[in-house]
Amino acid sequence: MSAGSPAAGKPGGFVNWVDSRLPVFSYLQKEYGEYPAPRNFNYWWNFGALAMFILVTMIATGLLLAMQYTANTEMAFDSVQRIMRDVNFGWLLRFLHMNGASFFFLVIYIHMGRGLYYGSYKAPRELLWMLGVVILLLMMATAFMGYVLPWGQLSFWGATVITNLFSAIPLVGDGIVTWLWGGFTVDNPTLNRFFTLHFLLPFLIVGVVVLHVIALHVHGSNNPLGIDPKGPQDTVPFHPYYTMKDSFGLCVFLLVYAGFVFFAPNWFGEPENFVPADPLVTPLEILPEWYFLPFFAILRSVPDILFIDAKLAGVLAMFGSIFVLFLLPWLDTSKVRSCRFRPTYKWFFWILVLDMILLGYVGGNQPDDLSPLGVRFIVLGQIGTLYYFFHFLILLPLLGKIERPRPLPASISEAVLPANRAGGGAPAGATAQRMEKAR
Amino acid sequence: MTDQAHGEHGESRRDFLMLTAAAFSAVGVGYTVWPFISSMNPSQDVLALSSTEVDLSAIEVGQRVTVKWRGSPVFIDHRTPEQIADAEATALDDLPDPEPDSARVQKPEWLVVVGVCTHLGCIPVGQKPGEVTGEFGGWFCPCHGSVYDTSGRIRSGPAPTNLPVPEYTFLDDTTIRIG
Repeated sequence: MSAGSPAAGKPGGFVNWVDSRLPVFSYLQKEYGEYPAPRNFNYWWNFGALAMFILVTMIATGLLLAMQYTANTEMAFDSVQRIMRDVNFGWLLRFLHMNGASFFFLVIYIHMGRGLYYGSYKAPRELLWMLGVVILLLMMATAFMGYVLPWGQLSFWGATVITNLFSAIPLVGDGIVTWLWGGFTVDNPTLNRFFTLHFLLPFLIVGVVVLHVIALHVHGSNNPLGIDPKGPQDTVPFHPYYTMKDSFGLCVFLLVYAGFVFFAPNWFGEPENFVPADPLVTPLEILPEWYFLPFFAILRSVPDILFIDAKLAGVLAMFGSIFVLFLLPWLDTSKVRSCRFRPTYKWFFWILVLDMILLGYVGGNQPDDLSPLGVRFIVLGQIGTLYYFFHFLILLPLLGKIERPRPLPASISEAVLPANRAGGGAPAGATAQRMEKAR
Repeated sequence: MTDQAHGEHGESRRDFLMLTAAAFSAVGVGYTVWPFISSMNPSQDVLALSSTEVDLSAIEVGQRVTVKWRGSPVFIDHRTPEQIADAEATALDDLPDPEPDSARVQKPEWLVVVGVCTHLGCIPVGQKPGEVTGEFGGWFCPCHGSVYDTSGRIRSGPAPTNLPVPEYTFLDDTTIRIG
């Protein structure tokens, strides 16, 4: 089972001939074959590979959709209907692409939550984390512009509202918005450039993903214990152990994804977007896709602050809620990575998750409506927003100083091997030897 | 473990599992890739345009008319008795792509051919009065000099085959449907 390894090729064989000139095979063998991964990954470690899979799916389906789509305000809506009705399997490509966007964010949010829970952003993986935040920002821009392309009512008014965010910038704001539009409203020039950028950005994402993976492979993956592997007894080769585990996770993921694509393809969509864009009529309710709702709630929650009006303050808070993630590796002062050994932070992690769900719920409702809790949604949104920033800017720096972490195990193998867990079985050295032989 | 059980020729249960898993995966990948490839084939709205009805009543004897069918020109020639006689009299031995005139027409006075040179896809001239029709009174391709006769058959030049006859039916005496 060492296919792809240089050893598989005969001396002087084709594989070796290529490899001595362009070391793709030995690279793959080193980074995805024998690449030593901590032996204790759980299924939360599948989501990076899943994200990679969806990125490829989105590019493949997007490429074929782009061959059928027309980026013109007169024809865009009809060209999407043509894809749905006339193009062979066009409905499948579009539903894979539409639902793929939702699943991409779902997977990425879980991937980030994994990083938060197990402290994967801490030294020496700060840049790895920050590159991930860059990917998130690029994904958000890509998803937003992709949503504009079908040119339905929500496409048009979503584009109008989001581009108008930039008008909050003092002095130059209006000039920037006109520049973004290429006109005085969202119109044909806007649609054209959004299509161009929607095509370009995924390839930039691929580029940053490559950097993300390079940064990952320098120090290797974090693991559920959050301690570094101390030797071969703490790791297993990536192939076949994690290629198999990732494949199994992928199958489970595909069942859910295909379930939505084939049985509830419009579940994530809004009926309003089946109405062609009309620049003269705004729909009564403009909601972004679910994955933007928490940030949308933050945008709408912020009131006037001192000399900053609510419009600018909301925009700053919304962008700030992402940018604060760049600082996370330094805001968290605890040296312990994994929540398993941080009894207090563990609670606050789950409170943050609930806070995000609350913000998402608030984002999906009108700010002035009364919530089931008896207060208006805007109040809930303000509490959620305050807590979000409190968590990152105040709680995390303090918690690292006052929390008493549980004692860390001496090594991964000591903590996870049953013989050792049962209490003083074989010494670690013996385990190491057994593993070495097995390889 | 059953993993370690080996068959007659040293095959293990694991080999069997690997092979069946790989086979299933290959079939699955095939089924997944097909919609992607298929989406680039002509779509239903393109296929819907693949037949054209033509009213022949306005075409006089000796007149040639071009209609568009599936994006390509179709030459409709209301042939004169001399042209028909010419086409029928040609010996098959003189033809690079031997085919009797009777096999190329449904009614001798109406010749219907796809007007795309079988060499490299140019449109031959000869449709309009006064254009070069070539040595055999049919069509002449200006790109590389292929010459067609009054039955649309290749007579000289680099084109390998006759101008193809599209599928068509007479709906009544003066109307045909191409495609």
